[in-house]
Amino acid sequence: MIELTVNGETRQLDIESDMPLLWALRNELGLTGTKFGCGIAACGACTVQVNGNAMRSCVTPVSAVQGQSITTIEGLSASGLTDVQQAWIDHQIPQCGYCQSGMIMAVSAHLDTNSNASAEDTARAISNICRCGTYPRIKRAIASLQEQRNTGVQQFEPATTPSQAPAQEESV
Amino acid sequence: MTSISRRGFLVGATVVGGGLLVGYAATRPSRHQLANEQFGSPDNPFLTTWLRIDEDNTVTIYVPHSEMGQGVLTSVPMMAADELDADWNRVNVEQAPVDDQFANGVLVKGFATSMGVTIPSFLNRMADYATLKAAQLMNMQITGGSSSVRFTGELGMRTAGAAARQMLVETAAAQWDVPASELETADSFVIHNGSGRRISYGELATTASQLEPPRNPVLKRPEQFTLMGRSIPRTDIPAKVDGTAQFGIDARPDNMLYAAVLNAPVFGATLASVNNKSEIMQRRGVQAVVELEDAVAVVADNYWRASQAVQALDATFNDTEYDQSSSETIFSNYETSLDNEERHDDVVEGDAESAFTDATNVITASYRVPYLAHAAMEPMNCTVHVTDDGIDVWTGTQDNLGIRGQVAEAAGVEDSQVRLHACYLGGGFGRRLPTSTNTITQATRIAMQFDVPVQTLWSREEDTRQDYYRPAVTSRFRAGFDDNGNLSVWENTYIGKNEPAEAAHIAYNVPNKNIRYVESPTHVPFGAWRSVAHSQHTFFLESFTDELAWQQQMDPLAFRLSMLADKPRHRRVLQEAANRAGWGQPLPEGRAQGIALQECFGSIVAQVAEISLRDDGSVKVEKVVCALDCGRVVHPDNAASQIESGIIYGLTAALYGQISIEAGKVKESNFHDYEMVRLSETPEIETILLETSDAPVGGLGEPATPPIAAAVSNAVFALTGQRIRELPLKRYQFLPTPQESGAESA
Repeated sequence: MIELTVNGETRQLDIESDMPLLWALRNELGLTGTKFGCGIAACGACTVQVNGNAMRSCVTPVSAVQGQSITTIEGLSASGLTDVQQAWIDHQIPQCGYCQSGMIMAVSAHLDTNSNASAEDTARAISNICRCGTYPRIKRAIASLQEQRNTGVQQFEPATTPSQAPAQEESV
Repeated sequence: MTSISRRGFLVGATVVGGGLLVGYAATRPSRHQLANEQFGSPDNPFLTTWLRIDEDNTVTIYVPHSEMGQGVLTSVPMMAADELDADWNRVNVEQAPVDDQFANGVLVKGFATSMGVTIPSFLNRMADYATLKAAQLMNMQITGGSSSVRFTGELGMRTAGAAARQMLVETAAAQWDVPASELETADSFVIHNGSGRRISYGELATTASQLEPPRNPVLKRPEQFTLMGRSIPRTDIPAKVDGTAQFGIDARPDNMLYAAVLNAPVFGATLASVNNKSEIMQRRGVQAVVELEDAVAVVADNYWRASQAVQALDATFNDTEYDQSSSETIFSNYETSLDNEERHDDVVEGDAESAFTDATNVITASYRVPYLAHAAMEPMNCTVHVTDDGIDVWTGTQDNLGIRGQVAEAAGVEDSQVRLHACYLGGGFGRRLPTSTNTITQATRIAMQFDVPVQTLWSREEDTRQDYYRPAVTSRFRAGFDDNGNLSVWENTYIGKNEPAEAAHIAYNVPNKNIRYVESPTHVPFGAWRSVAHSQHTFFLESFTDELAWQQQMDPLAFRLSMLADKPRHRRVLQEAANRAGWGQPLPEGRAQGIALQECFGSIVAQVAEISLRDDGSVKVEKVVCALDCGRVVHPDNAASQIESGIIYGLTAALYGQISIEAGKVKESNFHDYEMVRLSETPEIETILLETSDAPVGGLGEPATPPIAAAVSNAVFALTGQRIRELPLKRYQFLPTPQESGAESA
C-alpha cells in the first residue's frame, strides 16, 4: 500500500510504487485540477507542491513522496483564493486555462521561497509552457505580487488596457 | 457577477425549462419555434434562438462557439446583451446545446459574404464530404477563422438582442397602451418616463414570445453602446484559477476505463499484427488489447497502466509506399513540381513577361518553411460511453455538432442518438476542428467494445506525431524594377493552394502580377493551423518585400508606404507601429528592428520586432510593437490578449517550429525536441488597437500570428546581413554584422 497525504488528507492506495504521482492524483483520487501535458517533466502542466516546493508530478513516483505533504491546485487555498489566484483574475491571465493550474502552483512556490528574486531569475525559474502565450500577463502579475508582498500594499494595476487610438475616418 | 452555466462545462441539453428565446429567428422564424418546442416552456419561452429571458428577469445567452481561451463566452454574449439593454450582472452565459436547432448558419453567411463564393473547407463538418451542400453546412457550431465576433456577433447576436428588445418594448406598449416610441430600455427594464412606470423584461417575456421576431430590428449606433467597447471580466476565468474548469480530459463518468494508443507511425499504414497480446493482457489493470485498422489500443483501469502496456507492445505495421519519404525528398519533389508541373493562376494582372523584359533590375529568391504541429497543451482525448439508449461523448472541440456527426458516423447511428457533453478546450488553434482530428472516430470504435465509458487519451508523443500539420511549403519569387526604380512586376510561384484564398496576395500596388501555384501532394495530413496559409505566406511575402527594399537601398518602412498610396488603413498600421517602436531612431548597441505587414481575417496588422543576439549566436526578441486595425473593438482587453497570444504562437514557430519527416514518420515527439517559447524568452509586447469607422469588424484570434516571423527575420537581416529564407531560426548561429540602415527614404 502507498500512503499519500494530499491537501491535508491521508489516503491509502493499492497502487504500484513506481506509478507517477500525476496518475495517482488524476485517476485514483479524482483530483483533475493537475493536468497531463507531456509526461517527461518538460511542460509543467502537472506541477504540484511537495512540502511547499514545486514538483512535476508526471515523473515523480508515488514512493518518493510518501509521508510528504502534497498540495494540488484544489488545496492551494483553505478558503477563498490566494493572492496569486486573485492576481490571475485581476490580470485576466488564463486563456484556454489548461496550463494555469501548474503555472499557479509553480509561481506560488517560487514566490513563497524566493521573496527577493529578480524578474529575470523568476522568469527563468518558471519554465512552464503556455501555448496560448499568456506570458506577458504572467510577468506583470508576478511583478505586482512581488511588490504587494514586499510592501504589504496591494498595487494592482488593471489588466493591460491597450492604447486605443480614436476611430479615424477613411481618408485617401 | 456573470456566471457560466450552472453545470459549469456540461452544456448539452441543460436548457430545458427556460424562458423567452431569441436568435436567428430574425431571419429564420421557424427555427426559434422549433427551439421553443424542444428547449423552451410556456413560462420560460425563447424569444429567438440565442437568447432566453426567465420570469425572474435573468437573461441567458447561448453561444454557438467553443471557449478555447479566446474569450468567446464573454465577447459574443456582450454584443447581444448590449443590443438588448440587458443588465450584465443578471446575464448567464451558456454554450449552445449541441442540437441542430442551434447550428450556426450565420457563420456560413458571414464567410460567403466576405469571401465571395468560396466557403472554406474547414467549415465542412466532415472531412470526407466532397461537396458543400447548404443543408450540411448549416449543421455546425464551428469555432475558427477568427469569425465569432465578426460574424456570429455582428450578424447574429446583435440582431437577436435588438429583436428581443423590440418585442419586449412592443409588449409593454400594448400593456400600458402607450406608443412604443415613448418607451426606453435599460438594465433589463422597459421604462415609460412620462408616467414613471417600469416593468422588468422577465414580466414581459412570456407575452412577448407570442410575437413574431422582427426581421430587421434596428441596431444601435456605436455611440449608443453600453457594453461593446468595454473590457468586461471574462466569464470563464474564475474556474481556470482554482482547478475546477472541466476539460475533455477531466471527464469522469462512473466506471470509466482508460485507453492508451499506438498509432501507425507512417501516415496511411495499417496494423499487421500484435505479437505479444497475451503477455500484455496479463499486466495489472489491463482489460483489453483493441486492434484497429491503423492502431492498437490498450484499455486499463488507470491511464498510466494503459500507457505502460502500450510501450511494452510488440506490434508491426504494414509497409507503405511512403516509407522512404523524408523532409528532403518532399522538398526535392517540390522543386521538381515547381519546375515541371502545371501552374494554376492565383492572381494574374497586367503583363508580367513584358515587364520583366523591360525591367532594369530583376531579383529572385526561394523560400521555404517546414511542417508544424499544433501542440495544444491538452493532448487529444475523447471519452465515449455507448449505451442501449444512445452514445454519450465528452470532449473539447471546435465544432460540437461536427464532432457529434463524426461519432454518429463511426458508430453507425443517427446524429440525434449522440449526446455530446461539451467541455473546455485545452487549446484549439485548428487542432480540434473535425477536419483535424482522428481521435474521435478512434475513441468511438474503442468504446464500442465496452459497456462502460472509455477515455481514449493520446500521449504527447502520439499527439505530436499524429497531427494534421501546417504544410511544408516552398515559394519562389521574381520581381523587377523599372528604370525609374519602381517595383513594376511581382512573380510568385508556390506549392499548394490553401485557405484563405487570398493568403499569397499582396496589398502593394504593383502593376504587373503573376501569382501562381503548383500542387505537389504528400502523404502528410494537412490541417488548419492558427491563421492557416497566412502564417507561411506572410513570412514569404514580407521577407521578400524586405529584400526588395534593401536591394533598392530604401528604408523598409518607406518602401512599403510608397506602394500603399490607395490603402490608408495599411499605411496607418505601419506608421503607428513604426512610430511607437521608434523606427529609424538610434537603437542600443547590438539591436536592430524589422517590420512586417499583413491583412487577414478582416483585420490589418503591422508589427515591428526588435532583436539582439545572445552569446551563443541565437536570436533574442527584445520587443514587439503591434498595431492592428480590426474596424471596431468589442472587448479591448481581450483583443490585446489575443494579439499577445498570436504573437507568441507565431514566435514559437519562427524560432523553433519544425516537424521533420524521416522514413515516412514524424521525427519530433515531445517538448524537448519540439520546443516552445517560455516565460524567459517572452519579449515585451506593446499593442496598439486602431479603429476605422464604417469598416466591418475584423477578426482577432489569428491576425497577430502571421507577421511575426517576417518581422523577426527582417530584423535579423538588419542586424547580421543574413537573409532568412528558411525557418526556423534555430537552424542558424548568427554573428552580428550590422547593415547600413536608414538608406535613403522615399
